[in-house]
Order: sequence, then structure tokens, then C-alpha cells
Amino acid sequence: MRMYRILLLLILANTALLASDKIVVSLSGKYPSIKQAIASAQSGDTILVKGGTYYEHNIVVDKSLTIIGEPKAIIDAQEKGFIFEVIVDSVSIIGLTLNNVGLSYTKDFAAIHTRRVSGFLFEKNTFNNPFFAFHIERSKYGTIRQNTINGNAVLEHNSGNGIHLWHSSNIEVVQNQVYQMRDGIYFEFVNNSKVIGNDSRRNLRYGLHFMFSNDDEYRENHFEDNGAGVAVMFSKKILMEKNVFKLNWGTASYGLLLKEIYDADIFGNEFVQNTIGVNADGCTRVVLENNNFINNGWAIKFLGACYDNRLAQNNFMHNAFDVAYYGNINGNSFDNNYWSEYTGYDLDKDNIGDVPFRPVKLFSYVVNQTPETIVLLRSLFVDLINFSEKITPVFTPDNLKDNRPLMHPVK
Amino acid sequence: MLKILRYSFYDLMRGKWSYVYSLFYLLLGYTFLFLNNDLSKAIITFLNIIIVLTPLIGTIFGVMYYYNARDFTELLLAQPIRRTSIFLGQYLGVSLSLSLCLVLGLGIPFVIYGLFQSAEIFNFVSLLLTGTMLTFIFVALAYNIALSFEDKIKGFGFAILVWLFFAIIYDGLFLLSMVVFGDYPLDKFALGASIFNPIDLARILILLKLDISALLGYTGAIFQKFFGTNLGMLAAITILSAWVVLPVMRIIYKSNKQDF
Repeated sequence: MRMYRILLLLILANTALLASDKIVVSLSGKYPSIKQAIASAQSGDTILVKGGTYYEHNIVVDKSLTIIGEPKAIIDAQEKGFIFEVIVDSVSIIGLTLNNVGLSYTKDFAAIHTRRVSGFLFEKNTFNNPFFAFHIERSKYGTIRQNTINGNAVLEHNSGNGIHLWHSSNIEVVQNQVYQMRDGIYFEFVNNSKVIGNDSRRNLRYGLHFMFSNDDEYRENHFEDNGAGVAVMFSKKILMEKNVFKLNWGTASYGLLLKEIYDADIFGNEFVQNTIGVNADGCTRVVLENNNFINNGWAIKFLGACYDNRLAQNNFMHNAFDVAYYGNINGNSFDNNYWSEYTGYDLDKDNIGDVPFRPVKLFSYVVNQTPETIVLLRSLFVDLINFSEKITPVFTPDNLKDNRPLMHPVK
Repeated sequence: MLKILRYSFYDLMRGKWSYVYSLFYLLLGYTFLFLNNDLSKAIITFLNIIIVLTPLIGTIFGVMYYYNARDFTELLLAQPIRRTSIFLGQYLGVSLSLSLCLVLGLGIPFVIYGLFQSAEIFNFVSLLLTGTMLTFIFVALAYNIALSFEDKIKGFGFAILVWLFFAIIYDGLFLLSMVVFGDYPLDKFALGASIFNPIDLARILILLKLDISALLGYTGAIFQKFFGTNLGMLAAITILSAWVVLPVMRIIYKSNKQDF
């Protein structure tokens, strides 16, 4: 079905190309504004925007057009509202610079807003000071590629998201750069979509915010220095692969928050210097493999209602706490990981330690019960009780252990 | 007093224990920095060592020096010198020489490993400052103990007990009470309880300065709010100073009353 659709699109695009006209917008030409150009264009035409600053807002794209900006083609909305409102299928907007979308407390003004359309392509645009950069609403089969979004969000309540998708499907968000918005990339009710190779930094709240979205994947993204990290919530069948979660460091920050997640695969990610690497709350059948947890406060924190999750072949290196855990073992498995704190031996040299490793320290258990006790962090007494608990576990779940800890890090 | 201070100080600096003590820090500093070039990490490691070791060494050295120098002290007491000057001179001599060992022993490796080019210099200075403060506090406590016990063994035993109390037992009771009363809001209690132990106070002051403070979460935020302000910092320094001044006042009081 999907191939068929793409094929159809290609054919449509081809026929459109054959029949298309090129309309040139320039400040001194026949069409000094984009609105005028759109008004006189036919579906399938290409509008070429010459360099210059165009002061326009609420441009309604009601024909299937390709709008291409030359270098230094700037559309400035002067903080008055939307820039593009796309209401028909097969619209492309390429290479424009879109500045100063207006702030509103009642409307989600966006530089590019789509509603109930499909087959769009938004590529290589630059956004400065957008309220929302992209607001994709009830749309499908679109691509958002290689855009640069520079926000200047300061407060959460009066700032918007970089790439905001709502009730959409089959969207690809590829190689965008999103800086200093509220949420870098926001998915709500978005299915069968891909987020690949994006760079999301310094966002006030989340680098990626993901809710009620199933069958999606995100790969090779870089999330750094975001207010609270990345949140993935109430979703099923998500693939997260080769992402970097870095420096999400603050009292309430984490690399990755998993809340009510079923059947997710988390492979080959890097969690570096986060207060909490992975914060898992209500996760079932989640597989974490080949991830690196380096220099985090807590590498992974299981809050509650976590069943049948599997951690294997991960590297846990130099974290203040490797694992924090609540309650019963519930079928979660911790076997076959590398733990830098492991002090056991390997007599038969098969790279698997001969004594099990217990990743939950007593202090981490106590802190989970009574969070205030964290003030005793790095006190000698705490080292002592950790040591005695390590030798004879009394409080920490007896079967929470890695029965086959690796002697060397997984490459 | 200055004369006695100078005498005690040179006497100690010439003694082999000072060399051993500073060499220990020197070696430790080099080893850790060699194994891990990250200054910030090394500071956290040293925090652990300093908050345990400086009080221990301060206590033992203080008691030992008092008992060893007893004959000399008695000789001095026979001279027309004020008792206050004798004991304060000795106390300052011991504290200063131990602090110097600490500062040189840790300072040299850190300077060689590029401390001055690093942003960590303030954290390192506050680490050394708290280490020095702890030395002064625990030498003062040790002198109090030694003055109170004629018997060497009793004095040593009690001094070790005091160290054990502040370094370990106090935290144990602290932890226990927090777990037992876990259902109540404990932030104020935690703040209060950590003020009354100089080791805890020193530890938290340094932790708050380092990146690791983010781990302290909500409770840490309350601490940060208190100690982060000028007033809080002033309060912390006042409290640490009080931990020096009060025992010193008792040294003066006790030494003037004591029948030698």
C-alpha cells in the first residue's frame, strides 16, 4: 500500500513537473510577495523566492506548490502569527529562512503549520525565533529534513516546540538541528514514523518528547544538555538505536525517561553524564542491549511496575550508582553485562566472572526508600554499610544480580 | 606564645611523622592523578580521603604530641610564661604543621597536573580549606581530651572514640533516624543534623560545589538554597569556626584550672 502511494506520488510529481511553471518572487519583480505568487499559481507550479526580506505572515498554501528559497530569502512574520499554513497535499518548502513567528497564549503559531495533508517535504529551512517551528497536525507521509531551528526559549509557559507532530503517521524527521526550544521534537499520537540523525540541544524541557506514539523508531540522534532529557511515554513497540544522551545534568534530569512502555528495543545507545541515565517507570518487555552507561549519577533507575525487562551486553562504567530498584524482581534480568565496579575473578578465562555481581548497593536501596538520606552520599558510614551488604545481602533483593558478569567491556 | 608556636612547629616539621604524612598525600595525589587525569574526579576521590583522614590524623597527632611533650610542657610551666600561651602555642604549632603537610602534599601534584589552567581551582581550594579547618577542629578536640585524661591509654582510647563518633557513628544514627522517621518531612532535620557534625558539614559543603551535587536531588536543592546564599555560606563558616573556637576556649579554661 505504501509503495503504491509513493509510486503514485512520483507519477504525480513527474506529471506536475512536466506541466509546471516557474514563478519568480523578488522584491523588485512582478511578484513582490509570496502571497501574490501563490494567488496566481497553478497546482504543480514552482515558486522561486529570490534573496531579500519579505514581511509576510499567514501565507495560506492552498495549491500543491514547490516553494524554493534562494540563499538569503527571508520571510519575517514580525511576530504577527503563522508564516505558512499548508492545507493541501504535496507541498514542498525548501531552503527558506523563516523568522519571528509571533507568540500567543491561545494559538500555537508556527512557522510551518500543516493540517490534514499528506506528501509534504520541508527541507533545508532555517528558523530563527520561532514560537513553534513545525506544527504538523493530522498529516501523513511527509518528510522534515535538514532544517535548522534556533529558538530563544527562556520560560516553559511562553515558548513552543521545535518540531511538533500531533495525530500524524508515516512522517520522517531526518537530520534536523533543534536548539533552545521548549521541546526539541514533540510526538503525540504519531505512528509508524522515524526520527533519524537529529541534533537536539539546550531545549528547556525535553530534547525529544514522545507520547502515545506506537511503532516508531529513532536512531542516531544526539540529545545534549536538555532541561530534563528525553521522555518516551505511554507508547508501544519503539525502537531506539545508537542515540547519544549526554549531559542532561540537573536535580530532576535524566537521559531517557521511560513511562508505561511496552515492547521497546533500546540498542547501542550512549548515556553519558546524566543525573539518571534511564529512568524506567512501568516498563514491560523492554530490551536494553549494547548500551554504554558512563559517568551517570544513576545508570538506570527502576521505579515500579517493571516486568520482564532484559538488560544484556551493556557497559556500566563509573556511575555513582549502577542500578536503583524498587520491589520484587518481577522477571527482570540483569545477566551478562560489564560492570566497572565488579571485583570478582575469572579462573577459567572465558571472560565471564565466576561470582555474581549485585548492582544494587544498599545505600541506593535506602535512598530509594527515603530520598532525604542522599545527604549522606560519600560518607564513610555509607561505604561501610555498602561493603557489608555486598558480602552478605540482607536488604537488597537477593536475586537481583548479574549471574554472568563480563570481565571486559563490550566493544 | 609565638615563640612556643614556632618551637612546636619547627619541632614537628623536623620530625619524621610530618614527612611521612606529607609524602603520603604526595604519593596519593600523584597516583590518583596518574590513574585518572580528570581533576574534578580526583577532587571527589580526595574528598573521601580528606574527610576521613584529616580528622583521624589530627586527633591522633594532637593526643600524641601532647603526651610526648608533657615533660617539656611541665618544664615550661615552671617558667614565668602564661599557661594560655604555652598550650595555645603548642596547639597552633601542631595544627599549622599538619595543615601545611596537607596543603603541600596535595597541592604539589595538583599544580603539576595543571591546576592553574583548570576551572577546578576554586573547588580544590575549598577542599584544602575544609581539610585545614577539619585539622584545626580535631586537633583542638584532641587537646581537650589529652588535657582531661592523665592516663595516656585512656586519652588515646577516648580520642579514637571521638573520631569514630564523628566519622561513622554519627552518620549511622543520622541514617537510622531518617529511615525510621521516613514518613515525616526530613529536609530541615537533615540540614540541622549535618550542621552539628563538622565532618558532615565539610563533606556537604564540598559536594555542593561539585557537579555531583545534582545527585542530591530535591534535598540537595534545599541545601543549595541554604548554603548557596552568602548568608548560608557565612553560617557554614561560622559553624566550622565555632567548632574551632569553642574547644580552644575550653583548652584555655582547662589549662588555667588544671593542676599539673
